[in-house]
Amino acid sequence: MGNLPLQARAADMPLKRAALMPLWSPQAQFAGYYVALEKGLYAQHGIDLKILKSGPGCSPVQALAEGKADFAVLWLSTALLHRADGKKLVNLAQMNQRSSLMLISKKTAGIHTIEDMNGRKVGLWEGDVSIPLRTLFAKHRITVREVRQSHTVNLFLRGGIDVSSAMWFNEYHTILNAGIDPAELNTVFLSDEGVNFLEDGIYAFEETLRRDPALAGAFVAASLEGWRYAFDHPDEALDIVIRSMREAQLPANRMHQKWMLDRMRDLMLPEGAKTVLGQLREQDYAAVARAMQKDGSIKDYPDYAAFTWSADAAKK
Amino acid sequence: MPRKNSIVTRLVSVIVFFSVVIFAAALGYNYERSRAMLQQELESNARSLALSLVNRVEIQLKAVSKVAEGVARALETGNYSEEALHALLRTTVENNPEVYGASISFEPFAFSPKTRLYAPYYYRKNGKIAYDRLERSYQQVPYLFWDWYQIPRELGSPEWSEPYYDEGAGNVLMTTYSAPFYREANGSQRLRGIVSADIALDALTDLIASVKILKTGYTAVLSRNGMILAHPLKDAIMNETFFSIAEARNDPALRSLGQKMIRGESGFVHYTSLVGITSWMYYAPIPSAGWTLAVVFPEAELLENIGKLSMTMAAIGLVGIVLLMLAVVLIARAIIGPLQSLTEATGRIASGNFDALLPKVNSHDEVGQLTRDFQAMQTSLKAYIKNLTETTAAKERIQSELKVATQIQASLLPRLFPPFPDHSEFDIYASMVPAKEVGGDFYDFFFVDEKNLCFLIADVSDKGVPAALYMMVAKTLLKTEGQRLGEPDKILFSVNNILAADNENCMFTTVFCAILDITTGEVRFANAGHNPPLIADARGVRYLAPKPGLMLGALADTVFVTERLTLDQDGILFLYTDGVTEAKSSEERLYGEERLLKALQSAPRQPVADMIRYISADVAGHVHGASQSDDITMLAVKMAKKKPAQPEQ
Repeated sequence: MGNLPLQARAADMPLKRAALMPLWSPQAQFAGYYVALEKGLYAQHGIDLKILKSGPGCSPVQALAEGKADFAVLWLSTALLHRADGKKLVNLAQMNQRSSLMLISKKTAGIHTIEDMNGRKVGLWEGDVSIPLRTLFAKHRITVREVRQSHTVNLFLRGGIDVSSAMWFNEYHTILNAGIDPAELNTVFLSDEGVNFLEDGIYAFEETLRRDPALAGAFVAASLEGWRYAFDHPDEALDIVIRSMREAQLPANRMHQKWMLDRMRDLMLPEGAKTVLGQLREQDYAAVARAMQKDGSIKDYPDYAAFTWSADAAKK
Repeated sequence: MPRKNSIVTRLVSVIVFFSVVIFAAALGYNYERSRAMLQQELESNARSLALSLVNRVEIQLKAVSKVAEGVARALETGNYSEEALHALLRTTVENNPEVYGASISFEPFAFSPKTRLYAPYYYRKNGKIAYDRLERSYQQVPYLFWDWYQIPRELGSPEWSEPYYDEGAGNVLMTTYSAPFYREANGSQRLRGIVSADIALDALTDLIASVKILKTGYTAVLSRNGMILAHPLKDAIMNETFFSIAEARNDPALRSLGQKMIRGESGFVHYTSLVGITSWMYYAPIPSAGWTLAVVFPEAELLENIGKLSMTMAAIGLVGIVLLMLAVVLIARAIIGPLQSLTEATGRIASGNFDALLPKVNSHDEVGQLTRDFQAMQTSLKAYIKNLTETTAAKERIQSELKVATQIQASLLPRLFPPFPDHSEFDIYASMVPAKEVGGDFYDFFFVDEKNLCFLIADVSDKGVPAALYMMVAKTLLKTEGQRLGEPDKILFSVNNILAADNENCMFTTVFCAILDITTGEVRFANAGHNPPLIADARGVRYLAPKPGLMLGALADTVFVTERLTLDQDGILFLYTDGVTEAKSSEERLYGEERLLKALQSAPRQPVADMIRYISADVAGHVHGASQSDDITMLAVKMAKKKPAQPEQ
């Protein structure tokens, strides 16, 4: 961590070591954390943060369980699933206020409604991220031919599947930048279909919070600051994200990352919505939990108060 | 320096202006035509270059795909033991240098019921053939879910993969040809696995990059997703698609161009290249992989030669125009120079210097002709002016002489009034106004003896100097003969004979000659063809009717008759010449005898000088400024009182 600012090193207290595992490899989806790190915000909050490598084959929950990571970016549905599985995950902050998960088909496939997907080849990602989609299909009582979808969109582009899972901020744009025009696509946003499974949130084990609530509070505060800074300085944020991607030897496309950052802003600070950055609203939580319970993904779910944690509440 | 309005300046500016316009138009046209021709030529060159490159890439791709197909078909037809399988794969990689690596990847449990996944992989590593097992080497995602496996599996057809970084196995940027192989089971074809053959992207892009296109032109390759695979912009390779660049540039036209390219179309377009240079691009599909190859020619470089040619032409044109300008100046100077010196010379001539030298003429052109004409004109003018000067001098001399003559003539006539102050018996007054400097009229009066006053009026038949000379002779003769003979008929007879004797010039004179006896008022008179005089006395004013008589000088020995009348007291005899009665108004009306009579009736009679002045004024009023054509002469004698008769001696 050679990029810590000088003032942080000169602080009175020694920095507390902590590790974050994002849901995926570096990209603008996690711009706030990389920006907070790069701008020394974590250090200012007394944290010597390490952002762990993530991506295909990496499980943030597992990293938390193994103690490799103190904090992780998880989807609400994932967290609930693992919570039901006995893992005491707690939501420290909710980033996305709206699901960005979507289903995309080519107009030529003639799929206009979710019912049209019945029996069609639908690309689903491996793991928890497909929970909201399965919930959607269950809700519409359709059976799709599941095809495991890799992290490329080529299977969809070549016609190997009829419907592709996509994140609005990522795959959708990748498809557009493979020369497909929006007009050539039919899209379904899960948030429009009553399956508004909120995605990225900051999670930690209860154990971690109990051990050092101040660290958790500082981490959330620094992360939110990082996000605000990223949205206020998008060009600088993109520079930081792209540098992180290059360090991870990942292909980096600035326009794609710009799209992603812009969409993250839309998701985290929806225009007109009465939401607070980082807050998990109880009704949103309840809606996801109930939907998952209904489709049988989970048997039970914790109270909103037990599931969420905030630094202010912890002090009381 | 020529003046702003000089012919040279105008000539030069007009010619230069039109030359520049014509030349610029020609140059522009030439540039545009050359450009269009170059573009046509470029298109065909670009097409053949692109197609030859496509062909070279295709050969490589085909070779690799054939290898994979060959292995797949071998697996379908033969039963291979594990060792044989490995041998087949290894020799395949060994014997096909274009193949980077090859695998035989089985469907779950297809290789053996005991083994779920089985995928031997032979590939090149540091110049040797290396061996790996894909089910182990791919850490996170099983080979089943890699594009190179999954897509042909789902599509059921061989497929070239989108280029990818084969992390874990080949560990290079590659593209993979995947050929599914099947096993006949229960009457239907069941997928058994995928034979993959990789080609390292570097090998392909090096092949393409080795083709130099002009100095800054280049070749680019796009994948079927529009991903940039080969491009001088190294950072864009595998990072940017044609569409992300279009998005960054906010250029929908570039996006639609990219869509045409990945759709397998070919074309020749003028566009702003991804490196931001206006270029020409020919693009053509690489059919087997669904890629696009583009050959890019920077326009600036293409137009460089045309530009250079145009610059050279412009330089030649510029020099040409300067030379033309000089030529025009020289020609114009050659024409204008003589004209200018001619203008200066004629200016001096115009200001009166007729001796001003005209420029020398060497040419036979219009200016030379003009100069020669001016020279001729100058000579003629000089001769004319000289002649005129002489004539004027002569005229002036004559005029001064005439003036003297007039004075002499005037002095010959008695001018002093009253002429005889000691004679109160009569009053006499006369005046003569000559029409020219010297007149032909004259009058005279003189005493013949103590009591006889001779008075006469005459009109020589001509005017001017000859008349004046004749008049002198006549006057002298009349006075001499008058004093000698003392009777009017004798005087006239004698003078006539003298004049007629030697009258070669055929000049004549009318004379009215009278002698007044101042004591009695008796007047003896004889007339030689002169106008009848008027008498004004108590009985009124009337014309006398003398015998007409012949004018003097016409015929010798003419006899004249003396007639008599008596002037009463205050009786006036008024003599005049025809200059009075024939005085013409501006409307050519004559004064006439009637008017003279009337004028005399109303004229004052005392003294007779006033009477004559009155008549003069009346005549002048009639004439009213018209030029005088004849001498106007009048003489009036008034009898005052009878001189007491002197006692007879």
